[in-house]
Amino acid sequence: MTRPPTPETLAQRVSPAAAQAGAAQAGAAAQPTSTTGAGSLVRSLEALGVEVAFGIPGGAILPAYDPLYDSKVRHILVRHEQGAGHAATGYAQATGKVGVCIATSGPGATNLVTPIADAYMDSVPMVAITGQVARPSIGTDAFQEADIQGITLPITKHNFLVQHAEEIPQVLAQAFHLASTGRPGPVLVDIPKDVLQAQTIFTWPTDLDLPGYRPTLHPHGKQIREAARLIAQSKRPVLYVGGGVLKAGATDGLRRLAEQTGIPVVTTLMALGAFPDSHPQHLGMPGMHGTVPAVYALQKADLLVTLGARFDDRVTGRLDSFAPDAKVVHADIDPAEIGKNRHADVPIVGDARHVIDELIAAVSGGSGGTGAYAAWWGQLDDLRERYPLGYDEPTDGTLAPQYVIERIGKLAGPEAIYVAGVGQHQMWASQFISYEKPGTWLNSGGAGTMGYAVPAAMGAKVGKPDTTVWAIDGDGCFQMTNQELATCALEGIPVKIAVINNGNLGMVRQWQTLFYEGRYSNTELGTHKHRIPDFVKLAEALGCVGLRCETAADVDKTIQAAMEINDAPVVIDFTVGKDAMVWPMVAAGTSNDEIMFARDVRPNFDEDEL
Amino acid sequence: MHTLSVLVENKPGVLARVSGLFSRRSFNIDSLAVGETENPDVSRITIVVNADSSPLEQVTKQLNKLVNVLKIVELDPVQSVQRELLLVKVRADRVQRSQVMETVELFRAKVIDVAPDTLTIEATGNPDKLDALLRDLEPYGIKEMVQSGLVAIGRGSRSITTGPALRAA
Repeated sequence: MTRPPTPETLAQRVSPAAAQAGAAQAGAAAQPTSTTGAGSLVRSLEALGVEVAFGIPGGAILPAYDPLYDSKVRHILVRHEQGAGHAATGYAQATGKVGVCIATSGPGATNLVTPIADAYMDSVPMVAITGQVARPSIGTDAFQEADIQGITLPITKHNFLVQHAEEIPQVLAQAFHLASTGRPGPVLVDIPKDVLQAQTIFTWPTDLDLPGYRPTLHPHGKQIREAARLIAQSKRPVLYVGGGVLKAGATDGLRRLAEQTGIPVVTTLMALGAFPDSHPQHLGMPGMHGTVPAVYALQKADLLVTLGARFDDRVTGRLDSFAPDAKVVHADIDPAEIGKNRHADVPIVGDARHVIDELIAAVSGGSGGTGAYAAWWGQLDDLRERYPLGYDEPTDGTLAPQYVIERIGKLAGPEAIYVAGVGQHQMWASQFISYEKPGTWLNSGGAGTMGYAVPAAMGAKVGKPDTTVWAIDGDGCFQMTNQELATCALEGIPVKIAVINNGNLGMVRQWQTLFYEGRYSNTELGTHKHRIPDFVKLAEALGCVGLRCETAADVDKTIQAAMEINDAPVVIDFTVGKDAMVWPMVAAGTSNDEIMFARDVRPNFDEDEL
Repeated sequence: MHTLSVLVENKPGVLARVSGLFSRRSFNIDSLAVGETENPDVSRITIVVNADSSPLEQVTKQLNKLVNVLKIVELDPVQSVQRELLLVKVRADRVQRSQVMETVELFRAKVIDVAPDTLTIEATGNPDKLDALLRDLEPYGIKEMVQSGLVAIGRGSRSITTGPALRAA
C-alpha cells in the first residue's frame, strides 16, 4: 500500500512562500504522456517546481540535456562539477528550496563527491542527478563508469540507481521528498544512459511509497513538560542553538522563547543569523573560536536547552570536560543525534519549529523562568565587558584582515548574504560581521570544504538575485574553485568576492605558529611574494572586474566601488598581513575551560564567582 | 552479544547499506544472515553484534535512518529461539566411525555424506550447542567446516513482521 504525496510532503520547504509555490506545482496533475526516460526526468523536475539546475553534460547524461534544452528549468553550465554541487548547496541554503546539480557518469559523478559530502555534513537539501553507463555495461569497467551509488552511500541521506524508465517520476519525487523533509540532506539519483533513452509513459503525480521513512515532527508532550520543568528550576540555563533552527524556519519562535524566558542564547557556526547578533541576550558563537562569554556560559551552565545542534567537537572541545554541571535538554529532528556525543537528560525528537512553539506554551504555563537569572546575567555581562571580540592592529603596517571583513559587513549591511570559504577568513567573517536575519550566512561548517565560497555564492545569487551576495574567501580557497567566476560572468550572476589574501594557508599557518614552533611547512602560497596568480588579472581574464586594496585608507572606497558594480562579478584582492590570528581559541583536543582570549592571555573562569 | 532482527525492503543494495553502516561506525558484526520473509517485499537480516548498550543504541538509531529499513527489534536471548546451521567434514576411518556416529546421535545431528575416510555432518542449534559438538569432534580431525549466520525468532504468538510499517510495504 502506498501513500499519495500530499502538498506538505512534496513542497520544497522552509519558507512558507516557497512551500506554497512548490506545492502548487507539485499538485498539478499531468496527462500521461509518451516520452523518453530523459523526457520523463525533465518533466519530473518541472513538476517538482525546480527553477534551476547546475551542471555539465557528458556522454552518459547526454540524453537528458536534449529535453532540458526546451525546458523552463534553467540550466547553468558550470566549469567543474564541484562548482555545480556547491552552487546547488548555496542555492538551497539561501532559499530553503532543494538545490539541483547534474553530472555525467564516472569523473563527472566523482567530482560531485566533495559537495555531496559537504551537504551531508551540513544537512542541506540537495538532489544530485548523474548519468550512468548503460545497464548492460554496468560492472564491466566501461568507459567513464564509476559506482557512484556505492561511492556516495556513506555521504547521502539516500541514493538511487534507476533500473527502469517507468520509475523515474517516482524516484524523483522520492528524492525531493527525502532531501527536503526530516533532517534535510543530499540525495543522489543515478540513471543509466539506456534508461534515459528508453520509451516510457510520464505520469504525475506519483506515489511516494517510502514505508521506512517517517520523520517525527511533533515532540512528545511529556518531554516538553519535563524540559519546561528543568527550565523553571535552572539558575544558569543557556539556549544552545544549532543549524536545525534555521532549517526548520523556527527563528521567530526562538526569539519569542528567548525573550519570554530571559535565557542567554549562543548560536553555533551553522546557526548564525538564527538569532540577531545585536540582540542583548545573544552571547555569540560557542566553540573553538567562539566568544569568551558564549564558551563560558556553556561551561558553567546548569542547563543546556539544545535546539537543532549536535554537540560537534568544535563546539564541545574535550567532551569529558564540556559543560560539566549542565543537565541537557536535547531537541533534534534526527533521533540519532540525541545522546550521540553527550547524554541527554531530556531527549526531544521533533522539528525545531514545533518543539520551540510547544516549549513556549509550556514555559508560559509553568511557574518561574522569566527574569530569574539576574545573578547569571551579572556574570555573563561582566565577561562580555572584559572579553569582547576584537583584534590588534598589525604593528608591521600591513592591513588587518579583520578590519576588511568588519567594513564589508558594515557597508553591505544585514540584508546582504555572506558566503565564506574555510579557514581564518571564515572565522573572522563569523566574528566581525553582524548577522541579523536567517539565511544571510552560508558556509561549510561540518565538512570544512575549502573552495566552497565562490560556487556557493553563485548559487545563492541565482536563488536570491535581488540580494547582494558577498563571498569572503581566502587566497588558498579561492584558487580551488575560482573558475566558476567564468560561469558567473557569462550567466549574469554578479557576485562580489573579497579575497582576504594573506599569501598563505592562514589557519594552517596559525597552527604552525602556535604548535609547530613557527616552522611554516608548505603554507606559503606565493600570492604575496610572487603575486602568482595576480588576482586582479585573473578576475579580468574570467570576465570579472578586478580591484586591489592594500591599505586601510582604501578599504571603504574599494568596497563602495565594488558595490556600485551590478552588471558583472567583482573580485577584490585585499592584500592583508599574514601574521593575524583568530582569537579566542580553544586548542584542538583541549577543554573549553582552557580557552585563550589572545596569545598567552587566558581568562580564568575559576576565579569568577558562581 | 546482541541479536538484532532488521526488517528491510527487499531491494538491491540494501545489505550493503546495512553492513556498510556497521563498519563505518566501527562496529564488528559477529554474524549476519539474510533471507526473505513471508512477505516477498520484505527481507529479514539477523545481525549478532558485540557492543555495549549505549553504542548499540547509536547504531540502531543510525540503522533506523536508512530509508529501506522498516523495523529493528532486539531479540532477548531468553525470549527468543536462536539457531545456526553447521556443516562439518570430520576424519573418520573404519575404527573411528562408530565413535563419531555416537557423538552425532548425542547432539541430534545428521550424517549427510559418507566417504571412506570422512563423514560430513549437519547440525543445527544455538551457538553453544554447536561449539560443544565441534569440541567433541575436534579430536578426530576437522577437515573442513562451514557455519551459517545466526537466525532467531521471538517465542510466543506475537510477530514482529506485522504492524503499520510493514503493512505499508
